[in-house]
Amino acid sequence: MTTVSLTVNGQSVTADVDPRTLLVQFLRDNLRLTGTHVGCDTSQCGACVVHLNGHAVKSCTVLAVQADSSVVTTIEGIAEGGELHPMQAAFREHHGLQCGYCTPGMIMSAIDIVNRKGHALDEQTIRAELEGNLCRCTGYHNIVKAVAAGAQGMAQSLLRQAAE
Amino acid sequence: MYAFEYHRPTSVKEAASLAGGAEDAKFLAGGHTLLPTMKLRLAGPANLIDLGQIAELRGIERSGSAVTIGAMMKHAEVATSAEVKEAIPALAEMAELIGDPHVRNRGTIGGSIANNDPSADYPAACLALNATIVTNQRKVAADDFFQGIFTTALEEGEIITRVSFPIPSQAAYAKFRNPASRYALVGVFVAKHADGVRVAVTGAGSNGVFRVPEMEKALSGSFTPDALNGIAVPQDRMNSDIHADAAYRAHLVGVMARRAVQAAAARG
Ligand SMILES: Cc1cc2nc3c(=O)[nH]c(=O)nc-3n(C[C@H](O)[C@H](O)[C@H](O)COP(=O)(O)OP(=O)(O)OC[C@H]3O[C@@H](n4cnc5c(N)ncnc54)[C@H](O)[C@@H]3O)c2cc1C
Ligand code: FES
Ligand code: FES
Repeated sequence: MTTVSLTVNGQSVTADVDPRTLLVQFLRDNLRLTGTHVGCDTSQCGACVVHLNGHAVKSCTVLAVQADSSVVTTIEGIAEGGELHPMQAAFREHHGLQCGYCTPGMIMSAIDIVNRKGHALDEQTIRAELEGNLCRCTGYHNIVKAVAAGAQGMAQSLLRQAAE
Repeated sequence: MYAFEYHRPTSVKEAASLAGGAEDAKFLAGGHTLLPTMKLRLAGPANLIDLGQIAELRGIERSGSAVTIGAMMKHAEVATSAEVKEAIPALAEMAELIGDPHVRNRGTIGGSIANNDPSADYPAACLALNATIVTNQRKVAADDFFQGIFTTALEEGEIITRVSFPIPSQAAYAKFRNPASRYALVGVFVAKHADGVRVAVTGAGSNGVFRVPEMEKALSGSFTPDALNGIAVPQDRMNSDIHADAAYRAHLVGVMARRAVQAAAARG
């Protein structure tokens, strides 16, 4: 067993884990944060994407022990005060999901795209940046629309915060 | 995944001595090749030595004539580095073409080079740019480092610490991606140095990354796509699989080489 301490969605957690434990297993099985999904377990699909120290990663391809001393944000950690994150709201508004299995990974990836590329995202950029996220249902069109709208929503929410 | 003991050294020295003292040890960098391989039980090291906390393996430095990159620098960090973009834009662009954003946020230059996947991008950049691979024991020229599919000059327990890239006058990388895996079906890196042009091909060769002396000679005479007219790589040295047969790969080498030269020349 190896001890791992990290911050997940703002709360510090410490646990003894078998070093084989994947970060995604740690989140789902130890912390019961089951919003992060396992789609393929082979590093392909992006259903398991979380933010590790602010960057989007596939948590099925990171050991929990590698995340020691790190800050992790999952889909459960982005809404504030019972209000959906602007990217979540945009996926709902634009019907960016059908079965919803890929959605947590899509949203965490989308927020990462905005963090890196800014709020004015064209379609081509969004499609290229979503390369690591597979969706079996939607055909992507509404996901792309949702990401563009969510990026705008994030900008507005920043402006609102600045005004307050 | 088979069970293993996990180690987290904070210096190269400690990592090397852990590797020397442990049975069946493997280094863990970004884990984006090793962890999938361990899940498939194609690898089952008894000891896993995580290089992730070793500060001396990080950093990007530019001296007058070279850019030196720490082994634990992630693909995304190389792709967005101001030093790399300015000195060797082709190298930053190559890093941006690896996998997807999540892979680039974990995978490292050291891991990619140590692994020497026949379809990986960095080996082509190292060969064409005439890089020097620096380890905790010695310096190895890229020409001597890559020794066929998944095979390198690294000895048991040897650690790549940095990779040093001489700055070329012009360079570019053209990659034909496998649309599913995003690895290179064929990738050609072309670099013009003071003493001649180097052309390196990944994804295509049945024995991994290789140089093309005929193309290098022609391009050293005239650095234009047309200088490549009539030069073909032999099909019997090409990889052949369900994604592309040998004839198609050989053809793509020529096409990607022309595109790379065109892009390098356009950069001026
Ligand atoms: C979905 C997906 C798509 C990908 N697409 C591409 C692509 O398009 N192009 C491409 O080039 N690659 C691609 N990769 C591979 C990716 O770039 C890997 O991250 C990389 O090949 C290995 O780097 P790593 O840091 O993850 O190494 P690890 O997986 O941690 O290690 C790989 C091997 O190198 C050894 N090693 C690591 N660091 C050192 C060191 N410093 N010294 C000595 N030995 C060391 C390890 O012991 C291990 O044997 C892809 C991977 C995935 C999962
Ligand atoms: S479950 Fe991690 S990439 Fe598919
Ligand atoms: S909505 Fe079903 S996988 Fe994307």
